[in-house]
Amino acid sequence: MIELENVAYSYGGGELLSNVSLKLAAGSFHFLTGPSGAGKTTFMKLCYGELVATAGNVRVFGKDTREMDRDHVADMRQNIGVVHQDCQFLDHLSVTENVTLPLLVSEKGSTYNPQDLVSLINWVGLGKRANASPAELSGGERQRAALARAVVTSPEIVLADEPTGNIDWEMSQRLLSLLIELNKSGKTILVATHDLNLIRAAKSQVQARVLRIANRRLQLAGAEL
Amino acid sequence: MKAFWENFVGLLRGDASSDRVVPPSGFTFNLTAFSAGIMAFLAVFAMAFSLASGRLADRWGNELARSSTIRISAPADQMAAQTKAVMDVLATTSGIAFARELTAEEQQSLLEPFFGPDVPVGDLPIPQLIDVIEDDTGFDATGLRQRLAAEAPAAVLDDHTRWRRPLVRAASRLRSLGMLSFVLIGAALAAMVTLAATAALSANFQVIKVLRLVGARDVFIAGAFVRRFSLRAVMGAFAGTFVGMGVLALMPSTQGAGEFLTNLGFVGAEWLWPLLIPVLSGAVGYVATRMAALRMLRRLH
Repeated sequence: MIELENVAYSYGGGELLSNVSLKLAAGSFHFLTGPSGAGKTTFMKLCYGELVATAGNVRVFGKDTREMDRDHVADMRQNIGVVHQDCQFLDHLSVTENVTLPLLVSEKGSTYNPQDLVSLINWVGLGKRANASPAELSGGERQRAALARAVVTSPEIVLADEPTGNIDWEMSQRLLSLLIELNKSGKTILVATHDLNLIRAAKSQVQARVLRIANRRLQLAGAEL
Repeated sequence: MKAFWENFVGLLRGDASSDRVVPPSGFTFNLTAFSAGIMAFLAVFAMAFSLASGRLADRWGNELARSSTIRISAPADQMAAQTKAVMDVLATTSGIAFARELTAEEQQSLLEPFFGPDVPVGDLPIPQLIDVIEDDTGFDATGLRQRLAAEAPAAVLDDHTRWRRPLVRAASRLRSLGMLSFVLIGAALAAMVTLAATAALSANFQVIKVLRLVGARDVFIAGAFVRRFSLRAVMGAFAGTFVGMGVLALMPSTQGAGEFLTNLGFVGAEWLWPLLIPVLSGAVGYVATRMAALRMLRRLH
C-alpha cells in the first residue's frame, strides 16, 4: 500500500525526518505517535504526496511519488482518505457538500448512490447537521465530517492526522470506533496522535502497531525499526 | 491545442455543481464584469473609428482617383474658344466617361466658403473649371496634357494626385490606429482580468488547497475559476457593447458637410462586427484566468 525506503525530509536547512523506512500492509492499523513537532504531520504529508521526500523513496500503490506528475498525484489522493488535523473544509459549502467534494472532483460522483451518502452521514452521526455550515459544527462534529469526507470514495487507505486533537474523550472514543470499524471492513488505517490513552483504548479492540517518531527517526514500540 | 478546445467547450457547457466550489461573488468578480463592460464600450468606438476611417480611405481612394479637373485661365475674349477646344479634346480622348463645364453658379458655390454668398463672381477673372470623370480603363494623363498644351494652351489638367495620396495615406493610418486601439483595449482587458483573477485566486488559496488535497486535478480547479471569470467578462462585455452600439445609433445624423468628419458609426452589416467583442472578451477572460490559475496551482504539490 504505502512503502517508505530510507526516506529523509529536510526543510529550511534542517532535517525533520531521517532514514525512515516502513511498509504499511493492506488492512493494517497503525498509530503514529511522538511529541509535538517530531514530524508526524510531515510523515503523513509524505504519504499522500503533499510533500516530496528529499532523499529515499515513497511508493504509494507501487508508484514512486517523486515520479508522479500532478495528475497522478491527484488520482492517488482520490484513493487515499485523509482526515486533516484542521479538517480543511470549504466554509461556503454545507456539511453534505463538503463530504461529497472528493466525489465531485473525481469521476466517481456520477455513479454514487445518494442513499449511500445519507447512510454515510448518519454513520458519523451528523444526520441532523447535514445542511449546516462547517463553521456551525463543534470540534467533534467537524472531525466526524472530515472522516466522512475521507471515506466517501471508499478509499483503500485512510490517514488521520491528530483526529482527536481538539475533542473530548467521549467524542475521541466515538471517532476511534469509526476508524476501527473501517479497518474491520478492510481499510488500511494510519492514525497520527500524541494521545496515549486513545492508543491504549484501541489496543483492546483492534490489532494495531504503534510507531513512534523521535529524534527524526521512526521506531516501533520503542525499538528502532 | 486539443485540450484547449475541450476545455473551451467545457466552459460553454458549464458545470453548476463544480462551479459551486468557488465561493460566491466577491468584488473581484464584479470588478471583472465592470472592467469588461468599460473595455467593450471603448472597443465599440475603436472599431467604429477604424471602420469609418476605412470607409473614408476607400472613398477618397476610389472616388477622387476617378475624378480630375481642367482649369482654363484665359482672357475673357478667348475663354469660350479655349473651353470648346478642351471639350473637343476630351470628346476624342479614350478613357473618359464624362466631362462637363461647371456653371457660374457652381463655381460661385465653390468660392462661397471663402468669400461669402454675395461676391459677384461673374465680375472676377476666375478660371473656367471642367469636371472630368474617367471610366474603368482610365485615361493617359501625360498624353492628355500634351494634347491640351497643343490645342488649348490656357488649360491645365489637375488629376488630384498631389493631395489625394497624402489624404488616402492619412485615412489609412487612421484605420490602422483604430485597429491598434482595438488591440490595446483587448490587451488592457486581459491585464485587468488577470489582475482580478490573481486577486481572487489568492483570496481563495485555501479553497484551491482543499480541492487539491481531496484529489482535484489542476484542470478541474482552474476550470471552476475560469468559468466564473469568463462568464463575468462575457456578461460585462455584452452590456458595454450594447451601450456603445446604442450610443452610436443615437448619434445625430450628419448629412452634408459634417458627414465628412463625423460619420462615426457602423453601416449596414458592419453592425454585426461589435457582436464579436463579447466573444473575444470571453476568450481573453478564459486565457487570462486559466494562465493565472495554473500559475497559482504550481505553488501547490
